[in-house]
This record gives sequence, structure tokens and C-alpha cells, in this order.
Amino acid sequence: MIKRNATVLFLLLAGLLVLGLAGCEKKTPGVTKTEIKIGHINPYSGPASAYGTIGRTEAAYFKMLNEEGGINGRKINFISYDDGYSPPKTVEQARKLVEQDNVLLIFQSLGTPTNSAIWQYMNDKKVPQLFVATGASKWNDPQGHPWTMGWQPNYQTEAKIYARYVVQNIPGAKIGILYQNDDYGKDYLTGFKAGLEANIASAGLSGDKAPKIVMEQSYEVSEPTIDSEVVNLKNSGANVLVNITTPKFAAQAVKKVADLGWHPTQFLNNVSISIDSVMKPAGLDASNGIISTAYLKDPDDAEWKDDASIAKWREFMQKYYPDGSLHSGNNVFGYTVAQTLVQVLKQAGDNLTRENVMKEAANLKDFEVSTLLPGIKINTSPTDFAPIEQMQLQKFDGKKGAWVRFGEVLGAN
Amino acid sequence: MDTANAPTGTVAAEAAIRRDRARTWRIWAVAALLVVTCVLPFVMGDYRVFQFTLAFTYALALLGLNLLIGFNGQFSLGHGAFYAIGAYTAAVMIHQWGIHYGWTLVAAGIVCGVAGFLFGIPALRIQGMYLALATLALALAMPPLLKYKAWEAYTGGVQGIFINKPHAPFGLPLNPDEWLYFLSLGVLLIAVVVAHNLLNGRTGRAMMAIRDNPIAAEAMGINTALYKSLTFGVSALFTGVAGALSCIVVQFVAPDSYSVFLSITLLVGSVVGGLASISGAIYGAFFIQFIPNVADAISKAAPWAIYGLFLIGFMFVMPGGIAGFMNMVWSRLQRQLPLARRRGAEAGHTGRTNSKT
Repeated sequence: MIKRNATVLFLLLAGLLVLGLAGCEKKTPGVTKTEIKIGHINPYSGPASAYGTIGRTEAAYFKMLNEEGGINGRKINFISYDDGYSPPKTVEQARKLVEQDNVLLIFQSLGTPTNSAIWQYMNDKKVPQLFVATGASKWNDPQGHPWTMGWQPNYQTEAKIYARYVVQNIPGAKIGILYQNDDYGKDYLTGFKAGLEANIASAGLSGDKAPKIVMEQSYEVSEPTIDSEVVNLKNSGANVLVNITTPKFAAQAVKKVADLGWHPTQFLNNVSISIDSVMKPAGLDASNGIISTAYLKDPDDAEWKDDASIAKWREFMQKYYPDGSLHSGNNVFGYTVAQTLVQVLKQAGDNLTRENVMKEAANLKDFEVSTLLPGIKINTSPTDFAPIEQMQLQKFDGKKGAWVRFGEVLGAN
Repeated sequence: MDTANAPTGTVAAEAAIRRDRARTWRIWAVAALLVVTCVLPFVMGDYRVFQFTLAFTYALALLGLNLLIGFNGQFSLGHGAFYAIGAYTAAVMIHQWGIHYGWTLVAAGIVCGVAGFLFGIPALRIQGMYLALATLALALAMPPLLKYKAWEAYTGGVQGIFINKPHAPFGLPLNPDEWLYFLSLGVLLIAVVVAHNLLNGRTGRAMMAIRDNPIAAEAMGINTALYKSLTFGVSALFTGVAGALSCIVVQFVAPDSYSVFLSITLLVGSVVGGLASISGAIYGAFFIQFIPNVADAISKAAPWAIYGLFLIGFMFVMPGGIAGFMNMVWSRLQRQLPLARRRGAEAGHTGRTNSKT
């Protein structure tokens, strides 16, 4: 009898304990005394699977962090799912992470269409959608979507930097713009025009001295070649070419400009600064003098050969992600953004509610990661959901076959 | 004479009994399955309910594809396009014109039915693999078409369209996920009944005759051109309604959701499930819905390689698709079940014959 009572009592206590734990979990989903659950969605398969390496780098980073003791005694449980870059699948995976795995937040989901698909859902559920891996400017919308935040410099920020350079250095420029006809191309275009207008106004330029856009040419991704667009731009009399194209088309455009014997000042977006896939196919001579921007240290840049942070990154790669490429900027990207999340979680301390994590994500002050270019700082505020807003200009040196950075680190304004 | 007739008589009678029993068993099994399907959403989490709902919409699309490939012998690598047209029809109607989502299912069916019928007319001139390529072109053309500037105001261009989740009507005590589950299930059941009736009548016989021997079918007076185009239309109609349902369930459409991979996935589902069968569509849908997740759980490095292994494994073990395999298992059971009973009932008799020898 006593034994049975003891059993009943034990069961009751156990039940209460479970209820109590469940109650606790409601307040801070995905967080226990020993663990923080972080959700992640990446295209490991499908058309964008080349980006899968970012997710693997991040997983490796958290593995290293856990071996070193985690954050405040809590280990990161990094749950990463494949969406194959298909928006409906992203919705499915996001729901799995939020409703079944009960994660604290979703980190670095990759792609513009895929993130668009879960944008509303995440904000309705009030689950942080942190540091999405896309350059669209729409993620910086603290009023409309207070649970979503970007990370990398967005396309408009970058375009504004080019616009300012044009206004300050090329008086009376006649600008021709080549852009891809989709959200990415249009985002740049919008940013460039806004930047141009603002800078012309603040410099007080007018008439012939004010730079002018003389032609805009768009192309479709499905076009086999963009030669005719480049010829049109040359014939427009432009002396500045703003080249908003993805790598394959960037190489074509740079080559065609050289073939035509046209010598405009060329700006090329950060999307296409890969030497191997753009400059070399287009020709190193043809690429000489092209202006672009950067914000991350390039592991192949001779300047960082003996850099401590890149050496540390290499060491990390070799130990935790030995299959990963030591030449891929994507792997530096993953390494850097993972550290940003760790900073947010450290700032949140033991108050790991979704509200507080979002509050701390919007409270990054002059945070530096050593793999970002020197001088670039991450800043956010309740009205600024764009963490990195600085970049440095760089010019391609055809003889050295390398990018050479110049000037100071610049912001959009 | 008597001794010669007696065994054949018994065999015929036995076969009849078996058929009857099998029929009863089958009815019971389907009924039990339906009950389970209706109870499931109340014991599963919302996320699982959502997954099953997606599987139902895929099943509907595959049913359309099976009618075309399995029962009419016309190939299509482009059904993702009809799925997309259905989804966009629903999204534009709901988002731009504020029309009730129920009507969009009907509209998507009509739009895709007409589109499929029209596509079916030129398809008459191309056969087999050539038709497969023509439909592949359709699938490839779909995302750029959806991004096209001229109708960007309606389609939202690359950004796509977001729509709100509908709530259960008539004050039913269901949350939106459960309601969509039953809605999709209901639509799927209606489609299954329609397909079943279609196939077991004149039309179905004509469709299959064209598949098996087009010349003979024509000689027997079947209007092959009409039937082939009609089948294309009906097939696209089913797939279009599925697309519209998926749009309502996922709450989002974008051109990248309907890449050529979708069409290939649908074909995979159709073949793995079993081409010339209605139940195959359901098996295939569960395959394409759940196996990629299993593959992802096994390996992050190469999920598609694992998926491929599953695919090869399934086709190797079940060359007739899952439906073919199930039929085989079923007919074996059918042969064994009544026999086992008879053995039990006539054990004494067998014992006696044994003792004699």
C-alpha cells in the first residue's frame, strides 16, 4: 500500500515537473539551461546548391563553439534543413523548425524568393528571422516586419556608393546602365538613381556639371548574349558604364566593351567580383580599371596572406570543415555571419526570449568581426535593420590580376 | 462427366467467393483508411497536417498526370506549368480581385482545362519522346513567362504574391491548417471518384484503346484526335486545381516555385507511384513529399544522391510502381485468405484423405 502511494506520488510529481518544464518552455522556446536551438534553411540541393557551403561553414562554426564551451554554458543545437531553393519547401521547413523543433529563431535562410515566402509567416508567429542571406533591401523594414533582419550590405547601399563616387569624381558624367531585369537588378537601379539624386542635390550641381543617366538597358537571364545591349549603350554616348549583372553576363559585357574599343569608367557590382569566373574569362587586360566594392576579406587576396584573422579562419576550416574550399568567399561569409549571431546571443545573456533576442539584434553597436575589411563595423538600431552598411571601393589591376582597394570605408550616405 | 465438371465448378465458385470476400475486404480497408485520415489531423501537430495537405495536393496533380501518361500514353514533362497556371490563377484572383478562394479552385480548373486542351491540339502532331520535349519546353518557359513585365502588375513579377490563410467556414471548430487538410482531402476524393467513373466508362476504354493501339482504336471509330486533346485538357484541369490548392495552402506564389524541377518531380511521383492506376497517384505524392526530407536527414552533403538511391531502390524492387506492388501483395493475400479459411473448415476432410494414402 505504502509502495503504491509512493508510486502515485512519484508519478504526480513527475507530471508536475513535466508541466512545469513545459510552462518554462513556453516563455523561452528553444532554450534550456544547456541548449539553444537555432533553425537554419539552406539550398543543399537544387539550382542554388553552390551556396550550400555557407550552411556547412556555419554548422562547423557552431560545432567549434560548442567544443569551446558554448555561450553562457549553453550549447548551440544547429538544425539545418534543405529547401532546394524552392519557396513552398522553405515554408514547409520553416514550419517544421518553428512548430515541431521549437527553435528560438531561424538564422540565415538563403535566397530572396525563399525568404519572401516565409516573411509574413515569421512575423505573424513572432519568431526572429535573423540575418537572412540575401542582398535585397526589403529586409530592412523594422516597422512593417519587426521580426526580420538582413545582414550583408544590401544592393541599394552598394549602388549609392557608386553614385556618390560618380558625382564626386566625374563631373558631367553621361551614365549608361546595364541591369538584369529582376528584383536584384531593379533594386540596384532604384538605389543608384536615389543616390545620384541625393548626391547631386547635396553637391549643389546643376546643368552640364550634374551627371546624367543617358540610357538604361535591361536584359533577361534567359538571353544567350547581351552584346546588342552593350552596343546600344556605347552608341548612347555614355562615358560611365554601371554594370549590374550576374557573373556570366558580367564577363560578356566586360569583354564586349573592350572589343568595341569603348573606354568608359566601369562600375561592376559586388555580385560579380570573382576573378576566376568574371575577370579571367573576360580577359585581365579588358578588366583593367573596373571599379567595384568589397566588405569581406578575400582569402585569395595577397594582402591577407599573413593576416591573423584569415590564418585563424584557415585553421578553423581545416579542423572543422576539411571538405570546404579555402578559396571560397562563401566560406568566409558563413564564418563571419555566424559570429554576428553569437554576439547577439551573448548580448541577450540569460534572457533568451524571442523578444529580447530581436531587441539585441537591433542593438549591435560598432561590432567588428576580424574577417570583415578593417574599419567596417556592424551597427543596428530599432529603426535600422541593415547590419552592414559600409563597403570599400576597389579597382581591378589587370597586370597583377587582383583587386586593389582604395579610399576609405564608405557608407551609403 | 460429373467427376470432370465438379472440380471446375468448385473452382469457379471458389473464385467468386474469393472475389466477393476481396471486395468486402477492400471496402473495409478503404473505409478504415478514410476514418484514420479523418482522425489524423487531430492527433498530429499543425506542421504535419500541413505536410499531409501538401501531399494531397500533389496526389491530385499526379492523378491528372496519370490519366495522361498511364491511361492515354501521352508523355508530359511539363505539368509543372499547369500547376503554376492554376496557382497563379488562384493567387491573382484572391489577391488582386478579392474573390473567395473556393471559386478560384473552379476558375483554375477551367483555365487549365482550356489551356491543356489547346496545348493538346498541336501535341497531336508530335508523339512519344518528341511530345515529352515539347512539354519540357513549356515547363522551362513558365518561370520567365511569369516574370514578364507586361503582367507584372498582376503577378507581382519575381517577388510573387502573398495571400492570407483562409479560416474554416460555417463556424467549424477547425484551425486553418485542419480546415485546409479536409478541403484538400475532399477535393482529392471528388477527383478520385471522377477519375474512377471516367476510366470505367466508354471514355476510359477509348483512352486506353488509344494508348494500346492508336491505329486499331481509330479503325474502331474512336475519334483519337478529340480524345487525346480532351485527355490533355482533363489532365491539366486536375493539375491546375492542385496548383490552386497548393497556392492557398502555402500562401505564397513566386516564379521560382515552379521551375522545371517541379515538372520532373511530378513525373517521378507518377512513375514511382504507378502510372496506370488511381491509387498510384496517392502513393507517388507521399513519395515526393516525404522522401526528400528523409534524404536531407541522412546527408546534408548530397541529399539528391540519397534521393536518387531511393528512386533506384523503389524502381528496382517495385518495377510496376508502388501501386503495382500493392496490387501484387493484394492478389496474393486474396488467393491466400479464403484458402486459409477453407483449410481450417475442412481440416477433418483433409486429414481423412491423408490417412487413406
